[in-house]
Parts: sequence; structure tokens; C-alpha cells
Amino acid sequence: MIAFREVYKAFGPNRVLEGLSLEVPDGQTTVILGYSGSGKSVALKHIVGLLEPDRGAVEVDGAAVHELDRDGLAALRSRVGYVFQFAALFDSMTVAGNLALGLRRQRLADREIGERTDEALSLVGLEGTQDLYPAELSGGMRKRVGIARAIALRPRYILYDEPTTGLDPVTASVMNQLMVRTRETLGVTSVVVTHDLKSAYTVGDRIALLYRGVIRQVGTVEQIQRSHDPIVRQFIEGRPEAAADAEQAAAETAP
Amino acid sequence: MRAHGYAPSLRVRRPIWFRVRLADTLPHVPRSLTTRVSGWYAGFGRLGHFLADMARGLRDVHTWPAQTVAQLLRIGVNSVPIALFVAAFTGVVLALQASYTFTGAVPLYFVGTLVGKTIMLELGPVLTGLVLAGRVGANTAAELGTMRVTEQVDALETLAYDPFAYLVIPRVVASTVMFPVVVALAMAMGVLTGLVTAVNLLDLSTVEFVRGLKLFYQFKDIWFGLVKSMSFGFAIGVVGCMKGLAVRRGAQEVGRATTDAVVLGAKLILVLDAVWAVLLL
Repeated sequence: MIAFREVYKAFGPNRVLEGLSLEVPDGQTTVILGYSGSGKSVALKHIVGLLEPDRGAVEVDGAAVHELDRDGLAALRSRVGYVFQFAALFDSMTVAGNLALGLRRQRLADREIGERTDEALSLVGLEGTQDLYPAELSGGMRKRVGIARAIALRPRYILYDEPTTGLDPVTASVMNQLMVRTRETLGVTSVVVTHDLKSAYTVGDRIALLYRGVIRQVGTVEQIQRSHDPIVRQFIEGRPEAAADAEQAAAETAP
Repeated sequence: MRAHGYAPSLRVRRPIWFRVRLADTLPHVPRSLTTRVSGWYAGFGRLGHFLADMARGLRDVHTWPAQTVAQLLRIGVNSVPIALFVAAFTGVVLALQASYTFTGAVPLYFVGTLVGKTIMLELGPVLTGLVLAGRVGANTAAELGTMRVTEQVDALETLAYDPFAYLVIPRVVASTVMFPVVVALAMAMGVLTGLVTAVNLLDLSTVEFVRGLKLFYQFKDIWFGLVKSMSFGFAIGVVGCMKGLAVRRGAQEVGRATTDAVVLGAKLILVLDAVWAVLLL
């Protein structure tokens, strides 16, 4: 299980996470929703030790990530697949090279690397692209290669950073289906960071709204959709005035 | 134990001594001076962390040797044409200037002496070093800076690679090993074009030129230049990688890192050149 325990993180004067606490149950997809710049990606990077908390801890399978030594961190990372917002493919390598890199680190035989690469590309519907370079792919294809690179490792957890951002509605829908299929096929625990509500409703078993550095509300899709929290309603209805209205109403009814 | 992931010097994490402000401890000293001194102090701190991470990355022998082979080709072999080009014209100019200087006063075969000594001791290593500071330093900083901006370095870490073992050590090892090789070829080219110039334009025979070349020759002339160039290669490799990996965001920072790598690399070459002269000559 992945758990955020009172995580604080600031960059200079900019306080991003202010006591974030959240548990990600095994076998489910948890979506962290939030405004742009609310710290969703920062939270995700703590899970694989790309960032360290100023205070608090992120635990994966019971171990605090920032306390892991070099070997422990390598072992953790071999259990986690990370899908970057802009794919972060190695532009000097072919698609097959990108997928094989992580597998080589696991010291697999060339034959198994080839099989896993083909299998992962087939899962994301990109058979026959092995010899193409990232520059020859569309944005959507690059994101799918990013997912293939993650699932080729057969991870226990997959972390998606804004998987549908910048994609047209059809490609975004394909990405959503792909995330659902990946969870169903591989049974992985997923954390999806997004501000795309449609994507969150499609892929999420649980949704957590990150607001001002803390989780404002966490629940199932239905619970979030029926929430009476003004901040949650403001976000899901896309109405900035919703929160202000609620605050004013609260002030008027106050004794 | 509190660990810091694979690459602590890539993080914004500073030890307590790093955060002590010189201006607070020395209030009577002008702030511009304390700021500058603090900057140098911080730079040495970052360099220390960087070298420590490199040393740690050396233990990952499954990663860096394989990557080094490709870098030997990119940094070394691909730099040979420009190094030979510079050395060729340096040899021509040296022969003509020596002849011009010696006219009537010194026997002409001393052209061989001057060309050989100057190319091997100074101009071969330093000019080649400066050219490679531009070519290799800029290339390394721009490449790693772009990888940083596009999160490729983060991706590498999530795939359980140490960026120092995968990116930094191969480049530093390749430039340290290949600089002397490229400089040796440049030395040979400079002496050769000096000879061709002397024979064709100065009425000097090959025998006379070689006589001058041998006159004060010592083996030290060669190894001194090669040792110097090895240190230049190490410095250029480290500076290019440091500047590239220090990039945080945007094309502007990549451009600045590239320029900084070239400028700092050139300065270091001149400083190291003087240091080696003091130590070994």
C-alpha cells in the first residue's frame, strides 16, 4: 500500500504540500484531482523518491521512501512504473530501446526483453513501432509508449502524471480505456494525477481532491459527485463562484 | 539512516554550513564582496557533492562501462577533424613566425625546434583544449540540460538507474581518456604542417627541420602535454555535466548552462595550464 503521512513540501517560499495525508488501497485506482499547480505531480514524485518531504513521510509497502538506502530505493523503483506527463521518452533511443532500458536494469535475457517489449506494445496498441524514434510519434502515441515502458517492467504500482493532458477527446478516451484495461489485465495499484474530471470518473475507484496542500475530500466517484463541500462542487462544476457563494451563505446563517 | 535517492547533488538540498550567510557573520564587510565569496564557497560545495556522487556511481560497474564506449566515439573520434584543422594552421603560422623572428640572427633550423616545443608543450594541448571546451562542453551541457527539462533524467531514476553512472561518469571518463589522444594527433599534425611549410616556403630541408626538432627534444615535452590535456578533459567533462544537470526548467536555462560550460571550461583550461607549468616545468 502507498500512504502519505502528513507530508509537507515547500520550494523556497512556495508551500506546496501542507500536511497531505492519503492512503492508496491495493488493487485500486486512486485519482488525485486538483487545480493546475496544486502540487499533484509533486505528491506523485515523492512516491518514487524523486522528491523528499520536508516533513512527514510517504510509505510504500510500509517503508518510508526517504529513509531507504540506495539498494532499497532501487528495489522500490523496480516495483513502480511511472508514466510522465510528457512521456519523458529517451529521444536518442528507439521505442524498443526505451522499453528495454528498464528491463536491462533487471538483468533479463535479451530474448525475454524482446518478448516483454512486444507484449507491452501490443497491450497499448502500438505493435510494429519498435524501430521508430520518439520524434516520429504523435503526442498520444508517445504517452502510450510511456505506459508501455511502465507496464513492461510488470510493476506492482503504476503512477500516471496527467495522462490525458494535451490530448484530443478521442485520444484521451483511448488513454482512459488503456488505464482501465491495464488495471484489469495486470491487477496493478494505480495512482492517477489529473485535473481531467472525465478521466477521473472513468478510471478512478476512489477520487481525492487536493486543495491548498491537503486532501479536501476523498471518496468513490459517486461520493465525490454528490459532495456538498463547496470547494469540491466548485471544482467539479467548474464554477469559481460556487465556493464564494457557500462561504457567504455560511456567514449569513452563522449566529 | 537518511538517504537521498540516487543523485543528491541533483536535489535542492544544502548542508547547514552551506546555508551560513557570510554577510551575517561579517557585517562590516561590503555585501557585494560577501555575496561573491559566498557564491564561490557554494560552488566548491556543489563541486564536492558532485564529485562524491561520481565516486559513488563508479561502483555501478554494470552501467557506466557500456555507456562509456559510445561516449569515447562521440567525444573523442568525432572531435578529431576540428582538432586537426586547428593544429594544421597553427603549425603553418608557427613555422612562418619563427622564420620571421629568426631572420639573420638565429640559424633557420631552429624553426623546427620552436615549432616542436611550442606545439607539444603549449599550443597543441591548450588550443585543442579550448576548441574541445566549446565542442564537448557545450554539447554535454546542452544534452543533459535538455534531458533534465524533458524529465528524461527523472525517467532514468524511476527505471532504477543512477544518473551519475549512466550519464556523468561515461562522459567524464571518455573526455579524460580521449583528450590526450586527440591532442597527440593534433601535435603530430601541427609538427607535420610546420615541416611542410618550412620545406616549401622557407628553403629549409626536411633534414634541417628534423635536426632542429631533435635539438632540445625531451620525452617530457610529450608527456607534459598529454598529462595537461588529460586534466583538461576531466575538467571539461565535469563542468559540462554539472552545468547541464543543474538546469531546472526551460530553453533559456539550457542556453545559459551551455554558455557557462564553455566559458568556465575555457577559464579552467587556462588556470590548469598555469598550474601544470608551475608544478612540472
